[in-house]
Amino acid sequence: MTGGRLELIGLRKAFGGVVATDNVTLTFAAGTLSAIIGPNGAGKTTLFHLVTGKLAPSAGRVLLDGEDITGLDRQTIVRKGIGRAFQVANLFPSFTVAESLAAAIMTHEGRTARLFSAFPPRDIARRAEEVMELCGLSPLARRPAKHLSHGDQKLLDVAMALALDPKVLLLDEPTAGMGPEERWRMIERVYRLWQAKGLTLVFIEHDMDIVFRIAESVRVLRYGAVLAEGTPEEVRRNPAVIEAYLGAEHALEAAP
Amino acid sequence: MRAVSDSLRGDLLFGALAFTLLAAVDLGLGSPGLLDFTIRFATFALLALSLNLLIGVTGLVSFGHAAYFAMGAYAFGLLMQTGAWSIPAALVAALAASALFALVVGALCVRLTEIYFAFLTLAFQMLLHSVILAWIPLTGGDQGLMGGIPKPAFLGIDLARQDHLALFSAFCLIASTVILRQVVRSPFGAALRMLRDNPDRAAFLGLSVFRYRLGAFVIAGTFAGLAGVLMSLYVSGAFPSFAFWTTSGEAIFMIMLGGITVFLGPIVGAALFILLNDRITALTDHHGLYMGAILLVLVLGLRKGLLDFVVEAWRERKERRS
Repeated sequence: MTGGRLELIGLRKAFGGVVATDNVTLTFAAGTLSAIIGPNGAGKTTLFHLVTGKLAPSAGRVLLDGEDITGLDRQTIVRKGIGRAFQVANLFPSFTVAESLAAAIMTHEGRTARLFSAFPPRDIARRAEEVMELCGLSPLARRPAKHLSHGDQKLLDVAMALALDPKVLLLDEPTAGMGPEERWRMIERVYRLWQAKGLTLVFIEHDMDIVFRIAESVRVLRYGAVLAEGTPEEVRRNPAVIEAYLGAEHALEAAP
Repeated sequence: MRAVSDSLRGDLLFGALAFTLLAAVDLGLGSPGLLDFTIRFATFALLALSLNLLIGVTGLVSFGHAAYFAMGAYAFGLLMQTGAWSIPAALVAALAASALFALVVGALCVRLTEIYFAFLTLAFQMLLHSVILAWIPLTGGDQGLMGGIPKPAFLGIDLARQDHLALFSAFCLIASTVILRQVVRSPFGAALRMLRDNPDRAAFLGLSVFRYRLGAFVIAGTFAGLAGVLMSLYVSGAFPSFAFWTTSGEAIFMIMLGGITVFLGPIVGAALFILLNDRITALTDHHGLYMGAILLVLVLGLRKGLLDFVVEAWRERKERRS
């Protein structure tokens, strides 16, 4: 499945008096690779919650390929083609890698109501194998999720989202809690997945080296609102972004 | 589809073997004590095994599983006492009654989890217990169903004979074991395990938590009902104690004794429980004290059931070798 176009129009979410998402209007074109950055509490994860239906927006709209999906429930949104991996890997601990992927596909397709056949069904096991191949998880196929390393658990989480053939894949800090080496391995895999599947990929990331190396475009959030957007170069030259978030380390000299 | 029939065929073969072996030993030795043990073992193993579909597979700890056991026993006993029913027909009707009761109670309970689920299931069980005590014209109250249960022979099987009843019970246990194992291995079973491991993620993937939990509850209740039918055949009656919380407690005890993660754990636990209970009751009046001490040692010492322990040790050894 190829990428889908994701549009957020005037999206707003308030918890009582606290505005977590403030009039966010962003477009993620089909097949692009975008990063969302911003200080802690900038509303990055909340934005993902609003897109995936975990939270209902107070105002604004979410469009997938022009279709309004605002306020639909989570399952429906997954079925429409928006996949998501979690900040903390969200797995089935006793399932092996192969079983986890098969279970995800089988459930997604509503094929769980069978008592007299075996799990996993053959065709689904084959598709799980393809996903494992793509994600480099094949050597770990028979290992239970709870016995995987932290990095491999996050990779499995991404693979489970990917197994559902999303048009848009949202990754919430795919490298959180990983060592430097593991980080790059992970991000390389994510990059290759994006190239292979041609899907629209949006990721939240704190490591600016990663962001500026792989993202095609960067959106900066602060206090729930869009502070800046553009190519990595443009963002690194933006004085407001430098002041609010980047500091001197990642700044390119501000444009004259 | 071939993978299915392979594993199922293996189980069927294993079941047939187990039945032949049990039958040979029972009939070969022919000792009344052994036949008696076989019936009680099959009854409680079935009760514990069905409960473990909820506890071990689905992650729902029910404290009220004996309600469906009692439902099966009373429904079967009452139907047989009318004199108008054959044993197979009454058996099927009793299973249907247990399933229906589990459907109604389950629909109210499975929206809750953990301690709330446990206590609501317990509450419904005690409600049934009270109804049995109070509805004396139907149930005989605390005297139980009196006057015995007629057991007309069917298909050459005469359940009034101890040896026939022992083989019939063993057959029911083994057939149920094969069926429940298939349920656990099916896509439906995988969905139940997903609910145990991470209900939130399962729901995110599109699984109806309510429907699948309710499905597990009804299946578990139905097989508990079958255990109840065997029990009422064994004692030729039905008693309010079937629906008392201690019966549920014993089933939980058996699961903890035998192991929660291994499919056959509850069956091993039931055998151990009955053997221990008989031995200890013969030695002392304070058997609750000793059974409690054994459970404490297991829970605090091994932190798992016996079969969990054995299988894990065996797996670790295999892993070290490879």
